[in-house]
Parts: sequence; structure tokens; C-alpha cells
Amino acid sequence: MLEIKNLHARVEEKEILRGIDLTILPGEVHAIMGPNGSGKSTLAGVLAGREDYEVTQGEVLFQGKNLLELDIEERAREGVFLAFQYPVEIPGVTNTYFLRAALNAIRKHRGQAELDAGQFLKLVKEKTKLVKLSDELLKRPVNEGFSGGEKKRNEIFQMALLEPNFCILDETDSGLDIDALRIVADGVNALRDGKRSMLVITHYQRLLNYIVPDKVHVLAGGRIVKSGGKELALELEAGGYVGVGGAR
Amino acid sequence: MTTPTSTIEEFASREYEHGFVTPIEADAVPPGLNEDIIRTISAKKGEPDWLLEWRLKAYRHWLTLEEPRWWPNVTYAPIDYNKIIYYSAPKPKKVLNNLDEVDPELRKTFEKLGIPLDEQKRLSGVAVDAVFDSVSVATTFKGKLAEMGIIFCAFSEAVREHPELVRKYLGSVVPHTDNYFAALNSAVFSDGSFCYIPKGVRCPMELSTYFRINAAGTGQFERTLIVAEEGSYVSYLEGCTAPQRDENQLHAAVVELIAVGDDAQIKYSTVQNWYPGDKDGKGGIYNFVTKRGICRGKRSKISWTQVETGSAVTWKYPGVILQGDGSIGEFYSVALTKGKQQADTGTKMIHVGKDTKSTIVSKGISAGEGQNTYRGLVKMLKGAANARNYSQCDSMLLGDRCGAHTFPYIEVKNTSSRVEHEASTSKIGEDQIFYLRQRGLSAEDAVGMIVNGFCKEVFRELPMEFAVEAQKLLGVSLEGSVG
Repeated sequence: MLEIKNLHARVEEKEILRGIDLTILPGEVHAIMGPNGSGKSTLAGVLAGREDYEVTQGEVLFQGKNLLELDIEERAREGVFLAFQYPVEIPGVTNTYFLRAALNAIRKHRGQAELDAGQFLKLVKEKTKLVKLSDELLKRPVNEGFSGGEKKRNEIFQMALLEPNFCILDETDSGLDIDALRIVADGVNALRDGKRSMLVITHYQRLLNYIVPDKVHVLAGGRIVKSGGKELALELEAGGYVGVGGAR
Repeated sequence: MTTPTSTIEEFASREYEHGFVTPIEADAVPPGLNEDIIRTISAKKGEPDWLLEWRLKAYRHWLTLEEPRWWPNVTYAPIDYNKIIYYSAPKPKKVLNNLDEVDPELRKTFEKLGIPLDEQKRLSGVAVDAVFDSVSVATTFKGKLAEMGIIFCAFSEAVREHPELVRKYLGSVVPHTDNYFAALNSAVFSDGSFCYIPKGVRCPMELSTYFRINAAGTGQFERTLIVAEEGSYVSYLEGCTAPQRDENQLHAAVVELIAVGDDAQIKYSTVQNWYPGDKDGKGGIYNFVTKRGICRGKRSKISWTQVETGSAVTWKYPGVILQGDGSIGEFYSVALTKGKQQADTGTKMIHVGKDTKSTIVSKGISAGEGQNTYRGLVKMLKGAANARNYSQCDSMLLGDRCGAHTFPYIEVKNTSSRVEHEASTSKIGEDQIFYLRQRGLSAEDAVGMIVNGFCKEVFRELPMEFAVEAQKLLGVSLEGSVG
């Protein structure tokens, strides 16, 4: 699904990613953990195509294509989805209107027929159940006046609706209480279908109790310093990042 | 890769779609302005003496005035008033008996602009008066409206058929002494639309005038007069386009709205898309317009909605004089300036009567090197007890070479009235663009969607047909503004 080779990236003059190698197979869920400033969010941003970062070395293959050559929206249409750590507000643009335009752009790219308003609403109804998102939130402008939990649920709802092949969850657990965390995790788990791959970025092990990863990687100083199975997350919880050479 | 900046550039540098010229023989007066020209225009239109005198009085007053040059953020080359052609009309092949006899060239022109003049082809909800350069060439649904006592016709026809009404109301809201361009218009105005809605009648369709400047070197000086009697309602739409030319052309219109009786309501919507000039600022229309309404009746209401996307320079402040107790004035505006366009627009709300209310919502979008100014006056006179105003002026900047300016003027002369003003300026967010693109939208659609969301409060006020046009104009999708 995704193959990252020797990836280096910087913001202005500062090198943040310093040689990342990572392979994610179809259906796998990988977790990336690491201290603040280790480059977790930079990795998410580089994969999604955020323009603040400059890739200086390395390559990323996504389903056999050179991901780094694609525009942001081309990546999205190919099936890369980023659940944002801080979802932005778009005043005056309703959630449903935005999502129908997004879904139709993606469907068009896949050679599928675009959905009309009726078909779309039917699909929305089905998908909202997954994350218990109220109709009222769908009619509101995108993320405007949403609570932190509602914003994160909205991200997972979008993920369910757009049916990406590869999902990046960037600190989706931050700012969530335990109930909201459970709802979000249940939504994510429902989307694990053996084919869809995920990269779960988190600071804390807590999320991984609910979304159980196939592999865990520790990112420190812009490199993956340790990889292992789900038990690695528990080790980190006990010993902190120092124990795996992650301290800086 | 597309960067947000290049997207904004593209968005800001779209080509003008209505720049074609219709090859048609014109009956025009020579360029220049003097009493003889005014007499010629008046004679060509077969006007009564009182109207010629009215024009001459305005002209003599105009001669005493200086062209205003006080806008801090607006600059343009001087206008040579003696080089302008003040009257140009397509030569009629014969006298028209009905709509089918409209010159095919003219018919084609309006069809190309999306304004078919065949009644059966029109959406049945809109009656159109089509003005080509200095004259009205066709008006649809006149007969059907007349059955209800509604008068909707070309201004010059109104002068012939309903002189008493024209004489009573002409210049009653915008006198010829109002300002430089209003004086000029009063002297040389050629055509425009006239609407009269009798007592208790709710006009069953949108009335609209479509203004087209075609001939080179001409100016368009139309005059629109709308009178609504007690308990009546009318919604009126105005659209404008012009060919692409290197020289600047002047459009100096006057619009007067009179809500005469109690509970009368006039809703006036404009989509202004005059040729804005090319990307270097060459050519384009100078749009210097005076629009004002008066709410004379109790609880009467006048509402202005405008979407201003065209013209090299725009100068207009559609206002409402709130005279009747409990009357309501509204102003909803979207002004987009891109390339080298400059707009100085806003409103004047003059509260005279008790319990009067006004609402102002202005959305300015600046792109390229566009300069966008909101200038508004809210005035509460001594007798305007418990009057209220709410103003909201938001500006959005696309790129870093454009400008947005806000000048709210507030004068309150009594203690019981309340004025609220909110203003904001924001730059279109790269985070917002990234978010939408990450969901699969193209960069252009992302910018369009954000701009459209920003304007939503105004688009919601437009009649459906115009909301569609406004959407096309801004290159954005409609986003639930309708219904």
C-alpha cells in the first residue's frame, strides 16, 4: 500500500524528518508514537502534501505511484485521507454541501457516477450512525462552533463517507474525553476491513487500547528508532521514550 | 504543484465572458455635451417641454460643479466629457408592433447573454426590459402585468404614456442637485425602466432590466424609477454587461425607489458585471451610480442587494431614507475587486421616523491588486426615536497585493436610538484551502467554496435566478443559498 524510503523533509532551514523508512501493507494498522517535536505531524503533513514542508530526499510510493509528485487533491482522490489534529472551520459552507462536493470529486476520479442530493443523503444517514453525529451538525457550517469531540467525530465521519484506502489519523485522541475517545475508536475500528490501511499518530498509548495496531514505531529526532508489535506501546507507557532511545 | 498563491492568481485573473460587440447600425449623436445635444436627445425621444426644461436645468447646474476626486483609495484617468457620445440607439428597421419584430441581431445579442426575449422561452417568473446602449429594445410580459394594473415599461414610454406619474416622482429622491454624476445623468439620461405597482398588488413575477453597453465611445446614462403604493410588493432585478474595449466608458445611472404607502415593499437586486478592464487596468467601465430609496409609508420596506464584480471603478452607495414610522431599510452587498479594479461602495441609511430599522451586511473580497472600500453612513435624526441599526462589514483578502478599507460614518442625534457596528478583515486561510483539497476538491473549487461561504449571508437575499448568476460570476458553487 505505502512504501516510504529514506524520507527527509524540512521546514524552512530546519530538517525535521531525517531518513524515514516505513512499509505498510494493505489492511495493516501502524501506530507512530514519539515525543513532542519528533516529527510525527510533519510526517502526516508530508504524506498529505502540505506545502509548508520541503522534501529534500527519499521517495514515497502509494499503490505503486510516486505520491510526492501528486497534488494535494490528487492524493486525496487516489485514497489518502488525513484526519486532522486541528480540523479547520469553513464559515458559511455547510458540512453536507462540502462533503457532497468532495465525495463527487473523488467518485469522478474513480470513474463512478456522481451522487445526486437524494442518493447522497441516504449514504450520509448510513454513515452518521457510525460515529453518532447528529443531523444538526451536518447542516451547520464545516466545524463552526463544534466542540473538540464533535470535530474529531466529524473527521471520522468524513473518513467513513469518502472510503479512502489509506488513512492517517493525526493525534485524533488529543483533547478527547474517554467517552468521545471510545466513539471515535469504534468508528475507526468499523472501517478496518482487511484492505484499508491506517497510520495512527499518537502521543499516548491510551488510544491504542481501543485501536489495536499491527505494528508500533517510535519516532524520535526525525527517525524511526524502534519498531515492534502492539506490546511496544505498553513498554513505552511503562518506561517512557527514554527507554527506547527516544529522548533528546 | 499548484500553490495556494497561484490558485488565487488564477481565480483573480479569469477572463471576461461578455466582451463581444454586436455589429449593428446605430443612430447616434456626435460626441460632446452642450445644450444642443440635450435638445437633440430630448427631441429624438419626443419629450414634452417640461422634461426638456428639467434636463437643461440639471445641465446648467452640472456646469457649476467640480468632478469629485476625494476618494482616498480610488484613482483613475480624467474623463473628457466632450469626447463621450451621449446618445446611441440601434437603428430600428421598422416600427415594432410586438416582440417578434425585435431586430434579430439584438435578439441574438441578448440570447448570447442568457436573456432570451421570447416570453415562452423565459422562465415564466421574470419579466425583462432589455436596454441596449441608450434605448430600451424590448419589454416582456407587459400585457400580463397590465391586467393587474402594474406598469412595467421603458422610461421613455412612461414619459409618453404616464407623464403624470413620471413628473410627480422623477427627481423626488435623487434631485438633480444631489451630486456631480446625478446632475449629469439628469441632463442626458436616455432610457431605463419604469415600474408602478398599484395599491395592494403583489407583483407576481420578478421584474428585471438588463443593461448592455455596445457602441464604442458612448456612455450609458439610464434612469430607473420604481413606485410602490400602499400594501404592494415588487422584486426588481438589474443586470449589466459591456464589450471589452481599451478605452474607459462611463456609466452614470440614477435609480429612485419610492415606497409611497404604508406597508409597501420594494426589493431591488443588482448583479453588476460591466467590463472591468484587462489585467493591466486598460479599459473598463467607470460605474458612477446614484441609487436611493425612500420609505414614506409606515412599516414600508426597501431592500438593496448587490453583487458587484465588474467595472474598472465603482462608486455607489444605495441608500434608504426611512421616513415612515417603523419603516425598514436593508443593504446586502458583495463586492469583488480583482486585477486593477477599484470599488468604493456602501450605503446611506437615514433614519427620520420613529422605530425605524436598518440592516447593513457588506462583504468585500479583494484579489490581485484590487482595492475595495466600504463607505457607509448611518444617520439617526432627532425624531428617530428608538431607531436601530446593525452593520456588519467583512473583508477578505486573496493574496497580498490587494487592499480592503472600511469607513463607517455614524451620526446620532437622539438618545433612544441604537447603532451597532461590527467589522472584520481576514486573509483567505491556507489551512482552509489545504483542508478542502485534502478532501479531494481542486484548489480552484476550494477557493470558490470559501469565498462563497463568506458571501452566503448576502446570496441568501438574492432571488433564485440571480443567486445562480452571482454564483457563476464568482465562479463558485451555490452552497445552499437558495431555499
